[in-house]
Amino acid sequence: MTVSTRARMKLKQTLLGIILQLGFACGVTVAAEMKIGVAEALTGNAAQYGVPIRKGFELAVGELNGSGGINGNKIELVIEDEQGKKEEAINVFKKLIFQDKVLMLFGPTLSNSAQASDPVAQAGKVVVFGTSNTADGITSIGNYVFRNSVTEADILPVTLKVAAQKTGLKKVAVLYGNDDIFTKSGYDNFVKALQALKIPVATAETFAKGDVDFKPQLTKIKASNPDAIVLSALVAEGGPIMVQARQLAITLPFIGGNGMNSPRVFELAKDSSDNLWVGSPWSVENPATENKRFITAYQKAYSSLPDQFAAQAYDAVYIVAQALKKVKPTGKLDADRKALRDALPGTQWTGATGPFKFRQVTARDGKPAGYDAVQTAIVMMTKGNQYVIQK
Amino acid sequence: MLAQQLVNAISLGGVYALFALGFTLVFGVLNVLNLAHGAIFMLGAYAALQAVIHLRLPLLASAFFAMLITGVAGWLLDRLIFAPLRARRAPHLVPMIATIGLAISLNSLVQGFFGAENLRFPLDALSAEALSLRGVQITWLELRIIFLAFVLMVALLWGLKKTRIGCALRGLAESPKAAALMGVDVEGLFRMTSVIAAVLGGMAGVLIALYTNAVFPQMGQPMLHKGIAVVILGGMGDIRGALLGGFFLGFAEVFSVAYIGSTMRDAVAFGLLFVILLFRPEGLFGKAAQRRA
Repeated sequence: MTVSTRARMKLKQTLLGIILQLGFACGVTVAAEMKIGVAEALTGNAAQYGVPIRKGFELAVGELNGSGGINGNKIELVIEDEQGKKEEAINVFKKLIFQDKVLMLFGPTLSNSAQASDPVAQAGKVVVFGTSNTADGITSIGNYVFRNSVTEADILPVTLKVAAQKTGLKKVAVLYGNDDIFTKSGYDNFVKALQALKIPVATAETFAKGDVDFKPQLTKIKASNPDAIVLSALVAEGGPIMVQARQLAITLPFIGGNGMNSPRVFELAKDSSDNLWVGSPWSVENPATENKRFITAYQKAYSSLPDQFAAQAYDAVYIVAQALKKVKPTGKLDADRKALRDALPGTQWTGATGPFKFRQVTARDGKPAGYDAVQTAIVMMTKGNQYVIQK
Repeated sequence: MLAQQLVNAISLGGVYALFALGFTLVFGVLNVLNLAHGAIFMLGAYAALQAVIHLRLPLLASAFFAMLITGVAGWLLDRLIFAPLRARRAPHLVPMIATIGLAISLNSLVQGFFGAENLRFPLDALSAEALSLRGVQITWLELRIIFLAFVLMVALLWGLKKTRIGCALRGLAESPKAAALMGVDVEGLFRMTSVIAAVLGGMAGVLIALYTNAVFPQMGQPMLHKGIAVVILGGMGDIRGALLGGFFLGFAEVFSVAYIGSTMRDAVAFGLLFVILLFRPEGLFGKAAQRRA
């Protein structure tokens, strides 16, 4: 190739690029009047949650836009990768709020990141809506912070109560990861719930992240003779724990936190996974019409089964859509952002995760702050490598 | 409970000992702290897993496949890293740092190919069936781990004591220069040691992956830390020390969980180690180190 032809090709490519960009820019200004920012972990370790979340958003927005949008206006998602890191979440939030001038934000994926980035949205007076942040205190950041993710504090007592009723357990042993903020807070919530139900704890054992051998703890638990094992673990440790327990001939029921609510249990503890009780805001087995419709649409779009994170993201878009319908766009960003915030708390919606409404929480200083979810947990028990809903 | 915890401790200790064997061998002969031994351990587990899943090999053949792969890795490790550094008479720290780099690269490579999540062997690959003896549950796998650890330990000790190669290896550990003057193929023995060590490490990886049902890229990291502790406790470069140290750590961990509390496990196990080293800084079998000095 001679120099001149190469240069010509380069020129052609540049021109093509400019034309494409112009076309794109025009398209954006005409069609999209409601920009919504999405900041989720699309790469890195947390991408296993962030990617299904994005799919849930895109599915719902596609459906809404396909059926005429919000009062004739289309929703445009501006999607950014926050990599599951605090610093990146702050950067991405700033970009979406100040540069892209979005109406509101979804995200971030992890509670850790939300602690860091949500104050940016609160200060900018932009609604931030988490679909996967379950840690305590996220919504006490301020009155622009919303979430539809149900916390473990809400779910675990329900799980315990149902499991206790069905199995008639009198005392339990507890096993939890004590060097992980999520499994440790799950343990704290379990202990509170056990106290409320007046169920004594025979022994409480711990393990550390990256442990692979749990037989010493399990042997000790077996000797303490409990009726069930309460387990606050992520599935990476929880799977082997169940297998090793069954190898030690411990056939007791396991009562797990949200970390154990994953189909991965059936891979990691295949054929040793029976009799595990978990609570969840969503279940693939839930036969409600809204849920079935969601699962079919998701499968059609992505040819894979959705998970809880996709379901919560999907519902979140519809919750916001109900509020957006009440907002009359004025063209002034600040006013529109505030109008959306004021419309959101009253929103109710029945979606894939069931009937939903908001509940205002109070900040540490006692002032009213953001909004948590009010939703009933579904309790499930595993049987034959499957979750079975327990009523 | 005591009998069951004894079984737990012996099988866990067996795996630690097996891991520490290769580790201490490289240190004793090549005089290198091989910080890639944990990554080799992980490589063994992944090799066997892939052989079971994709090549549809039975478990035993997969274990041999893993030994082959890790053996090649050990050969390459010496050929590409240790040998050139030896030739340049690089100071001790240099090969150690090089193995850190190798470990990180191997971890990232495996993570890139197979993902960061936990994997496990398919069920039909191993007999999870447990024998029940007076309330003590022991799986065939645990029996095999214990058996294999002892067989390998005896074979290694015997080989080092009785064979010509073993004699040459001991000579090499004493002084490479003197061994070379006596007509020992120093370079060949170095390479062979690296291969044997890697095979042992890979084997330990396969066994612990089967024992615990967990294969993940970082699985070698905690093992490496424990391996270093075991080798130092046993006496750097001493085979019997590595074995005894491995079982010691296994027992210390299991019994601190059983009688003190799982929160205190690592504190007690490593605290004990610290106390022993305080009184015997050369380790349990520290003679080799004194001789070297």
